[in-house]
Amino acid sequence: MATYILKRFLQLIPVFLGATLLVYFLVFSLPGDPIAALFGDKPVNEAVAAKLRAQYNLDQPFIVQYLLYLKSIFTFDLGQDFSGRPIAAVLGEVFPVTARLAVMALIFEAVFGIAFGLVAGLRKGKLFDGTVLIASLIVIGIPIFVLGFILQFFIGVQLGWAKPTVSAAATVQDLILPAIVLGLASFAYVLRLTRTSVIENMNADYVRTATAKGLSRFRVINVHILRNSLIPVVTFLGADLGTLMGGAIVTEGIFNVPGVGNRLYRAVLSGEGPTVVSIVTVLVLIYCLSNLLVDLLYAWLDPRIRYDS
Amino acid sequence: MNSSVHIKEEVAGSERPLLEIKNLAINFATSNGEVNAVRNAHLTVMPGETVAIVGESGSGKSTSALAAIGLLPGNGRVAAGEILFDGEDIAHASEKRMIELRGNSIGMVPQDPMSNLNPVWKIGFQVKETLKANGLPSGPEDVAKVLSEAGLPDAARRAKQYPHEFSGGMRQRALIAIGLSCQPRLLIADEPTSALDVTVQRQILDHLDKMTSELGTAVLLITHDLGLAAERADKVVVMYKGQVVESGPSLELLRNPRHPYTKRLVSSAPSLASRRIQVAKEQGVESDELLAPTEPVVVESALPEEVLKVEDLTKVFKLRGGIGKTTDFTAVDSVSFSVRRGTTTAIVGESGSGKSTVAQMVLNLLEPTSGKIIFDGVDTSTLNSRDLFKFRRRVQPIFQDPYGSLDPMYNIFRTIEEPLRTHKIGTKASREKKVRELLDQVALPQSTMRRYPNELSGGQRQRIAIARALALDPEVIICDEAVSALDVLVQAQVLNLLAELQDNLGLTYLFITHDLAVVRQIADHVCVMQKGKLVETGSTDDVFDNPREAYTQALLDAIPGGSLLLPPEVA
Amino acid sequence: MTPENNLTGQDTAPRHIEHFVADLEETPLQATDKVKEDSAPSSLWGEAWKNLRKQPLFIISAIMILAVVVVSLFPGLFSQIDPTSEACQLSNSDGGPASGHPLGFTQQGCDVYARVIFGTRSSVTVGLFTTIGVVLFGGIIGALAGYYGGWADAVLARLTDIFFALPLILGAIVMMQLPVFRANRTVWTLVLILIVFGWPQIARITRGAVIEVRNADFVVAARSLGVSKFRSLLRHVLPNSLAPIIVVATISLGTFIVAESTLSFLGIGLPPSVMSWGNDIQAAQASLRSNPMPLLYPAIALSITVLSFIMLGDALRDALDPKARKR
Repeated sequence: MATYILKRFLQLIPVFLGATLLVYFLVFSLPGDPIAALFGDKPVNEAVAAKLRAQYNLDQPFIVQYLLYLKSIFTFDLGQDFSGRPIAAVLGEVFPVTARLAVMALIFEAVFGIAFGLVAGLRKGKLFDGTVLIASLIVIGIPIFVLGFILQFFIGVQLGWAKPTVSAAATVQDLILPAIVLGLASFAYVLRLTRTSVIENMNADYVRTATAKGLSRFRVINVHILRNSLIPVVTFLGADLGTLMGGAIVTEGIFNVPGVGNRLYRAVLSGEGPTVVSIVTVLVLIYCLSNLLVDLLYAWLDPRIRYDS
Repeated sequence: MNSSVHIKEEVAGSERPLLEIKNLAINFATSNGEVNAVRNAHLTVMPGETVAIVGESGSGKSTSALAAIGLLPGNGRVAAGEILFDGEDIAHASEKRMIELRGNSIGMVPQDPMSNLNPVWKIGFQVKETLKANGLPSGPEDVAKVLSEAGLPDAARRAKQYPHEFSGGMRQRALIAIGLSCQPRLLIADEPTSALDVTVQRQILDHLDKMTSELGTAVLLITHDLGLAAERADKVVVMYKGQVVESGPSLELLRNPRHPYTKRLVSSAPSLASRRIQVAKEQGVESDELLAPTEPVVVESALPEEVLKVEDLTKVFKLRGGIGKTTDFTAVDSVSFSVRRGTTTAIVGESGSGKSTVAQMVLNLLEPTSGKIIFDGVDTSTLNSRDLFKFRRRVQPIFQDPYGSLDPMYNIFRTIEEPLRTHKIGTKASREKKVRELLDQVALPQSTMRRYPNELSGGQRQRIAIARALALDPEVIICDEAVSALDVLVQAQVLNLLAELQDNLGLTYLFITHDLAVVRQIADHVCVMQKGKLVETGSTDDVFDNPREAYTQALLDAIPGGSLLLPPEVA
Repeated sequence: MTPENNLTGQDTAPRHIEHFVADLEETPLQATDKVKEDSAPSSLWGEAWKNLRKQPLFIISAIMILAVVVVSLFPGLFSQIDPTSEACQLSNSDGGPASGHPLGFTQQGCDVYARVIFGTRSSVTVGLFTTIGVVLFGGIIGALAGYYGGWADAVLARLTDIFFALPLILGAIVMMQLPVFRANRTVWTLVLILIVFGWPQIARITRGAVIEVRNADFVVAARSLGVSKFRSLLRHVLPNSLAPIIVVATISLGTFIVAESTLSFLGIGLPPSVMSWGNDIQAAQASLRSNPMPLLYPAIALSITVLSFIMLGDALRDALDPKARKR
């Protein structure tokens, strides 16, 4: 078990380094001067540009730049953004909001996805199953920003059931609608995954044996079918946490949520390379950590993994 | 044991059958409408009696048994007839009633120990929930007792382990423990050992026999092996294409089969055939069931040349342990044997014996760690790529899984033509002619050419594999469990075909198998392998008559039906 | 009643066991393993096609995709109105449906119907060419990694992991803000960027499919016939790995169309001068509350297109997936 986790952890290191290196390379080393871009249409102030270059070590060889950058990441000394605020402080502000949003979306997709998927799987081929399957396809097929607008318009504006936009505080109540929009596509995936998994397990030999032992239907479903079906679902959910945080750009834009995606988007539009790199690095880190979490969950859920190594 | 047939009086009416199936019909709903799987089936199991249902795959034997415990798959239903358990019709009983009956009245031991235990729960938990569901005491000591009664040593500790920590035999013991834990009156055992190694099979069946006779449990045993059925059951029911064609006392059925299907089964079952050959041998008679004719007695110098010679062959696999650690696993440990031209040499062993690894090395698909393979006087490891290409023409394989050995995207013509085209033999027209000839040789209609593997049965695919192997006129054919996945009658047919081809074409076979009964029929020489080592080698007659190693003896004993007193003329 | 068992040898309670033989006429013996010769030969693809033809999901999605492709190739057949900004009349701004303008006007006074029709092409082009690029690039990488294994596989596996850590949209956003791409925002830059971040998924799927097939007996059989290693990859392994790749590629096509419109919607995809659904939705966003129609119609067109590809992928999975086929 310990070896397994250690192995998975070690495998994540090259992924983290590679992904951050890639982003760093893209932002700072492709043709075009990122510092010059900071000035936009205004003439470049050479003194300020030189100071910025020194601040981001752009006068150093590329690999040194990158290593210094990594150091700054792990010491939380990320420099300043366009308006002169420390990037670390900006991150400290926006990440909790997005984390709240992502966790809410995760809870939504997990609870409803598993419940609907289980019922659909148990009633394979029945009306409920067919309806849910088609509905999930439609949910997956409609782009998230279209869904966002539709829900914002009808539920937020027309019906007034939820706030169409989010206040600066981004409370749990504010985030209900955005969280549903963010989690809707994953909800459909969780539903389908649960359904497939339940159907597969229903046909498994050990489920037949469990029935032959004289167990009640309730026990067979709970202890044998559902428990085993949750393994792939829980691993999907774990990995999805990272994806949700990185993928909240569109949702946050529509509902004006003051989160990571919104900040990243503004940084991209205004060409703030350093801020972009910092945010993406943290997102990659979250992705790696949520993958590690998945591995832990997997080992916890499946004894075959736990003891193999 | 089991020597006499009891055709005797019983005080009529004093005994009620425990299970009585009458005129049973079972249908399955498929995309092409309802398909009938079982019809007009009937069988009776008296209390404490062991009844075996014998049949090939698709005969409806498992379906009938599953219906008796209310476990038909979702698309199956009892369309007609009655299933009386102790007088109560359970064919249409409520699910509630079936849950009451399952476990403590009707138990089940399933076929595949690998897939029938839930991988995420401890063994003890899976026993415990059985006891609990049937209202029996389910403390740790009760669980341990149940497990140890099924022959699981150190049961209290074992109960805390997960299924993947158990070997196949141990898992099957756990499943037997579960099936018998509530002391049911009827146990349905669906091919309970066919997924296990032969020596383990015998132990498990012996133990199951002992337990059920102590508990007075009636057993409905499902099997494809007539020899095994006759050895283990009082009564045998033969099913064929969804119908019961014959039933009766086991030995009576073997000695005096009346239905043509039963007759064919009796003459084809390898366990019975090998037994008859052995009996014939002991009586000094030449059995005509020997597919490999006994070699004429010849002087040493006239023995056919050694076409294949294996010397000190060793294969070590590096297994990856934790981080940076590797452990060596010796799959084949200095194995030496030789194969003479025109003969059949069998390599016999259980799973993990290294027999298939030997085959892969002889085929030059896997590099030996050390040792030599000398084919026709040349060390095959010295072949350059051109010579290797030529070598491929002379040595060809046939694999076990008929569903995996043909490319599903290729039609039969392309499949058989591929070796010819690869070796640039002939023109398009001459290749087509050759393909037609090859189909004739394996007794398939030429029209098969335009078909795809998914349209053919397992036996037919195996014939196609043979035709493909023969396309290059090879000298040696390596059959890696080539008939193990086939039904008894089809298996006999393919074995006959192989023997016939050997006669006509002078082929040499290296026959890899776990089944000694088949070896008795087809092989001239036997090499017995155990855990990577060659433990015994000799002519088939010698090995069967005077096994020198205890392991060989154990393998021989494990052939079902060995204890049946079968006169050679029974056939 | 003493239970009787043959192994105990206690013949204490012998029973009469009847010897029953079924009527031969009712249970005729058939030839062992006879080849069916009556039906026409059918390949796996033939079987899959037969299955597909019966699926309503497939029929509906195929018709819709066909329609979308025709519209993108010949938009002029469906609308003669010039929908470009120059031709729009500001006097029509946010106008409702009128004769010849069934879906009304945008804020700039452009005909919504015509814009939806002419916007089809960029979505379909990006989706199609990105998918082709991704299948070629990811497919080759995945197939080589899966087939040859060893260190090449290890390196490629890590490489795909690295790209997985950067989700499609995130990666594309980072790249599109680079000056060099910002200056050249065309359909083809978008295709390039989506390929760069979209290939790992196909690579992973291909690798898995190839690994599943590479040790199949028929591949070993081909090798022992003398077929070279690379040739058996081309001739046997790849054709048998195609099914999951086709399914995922079909679904990805929808995903790439979404990616294009999302980027355009965010203002960093196609430039506003290029007609695309994403741009139209972006432009209509401001007046959503007063005039939702200019947003709704391109959104519907986009959703229907994407949904068609996802439905097609789903139908193909059911028809091609060997696991589903066995059941």
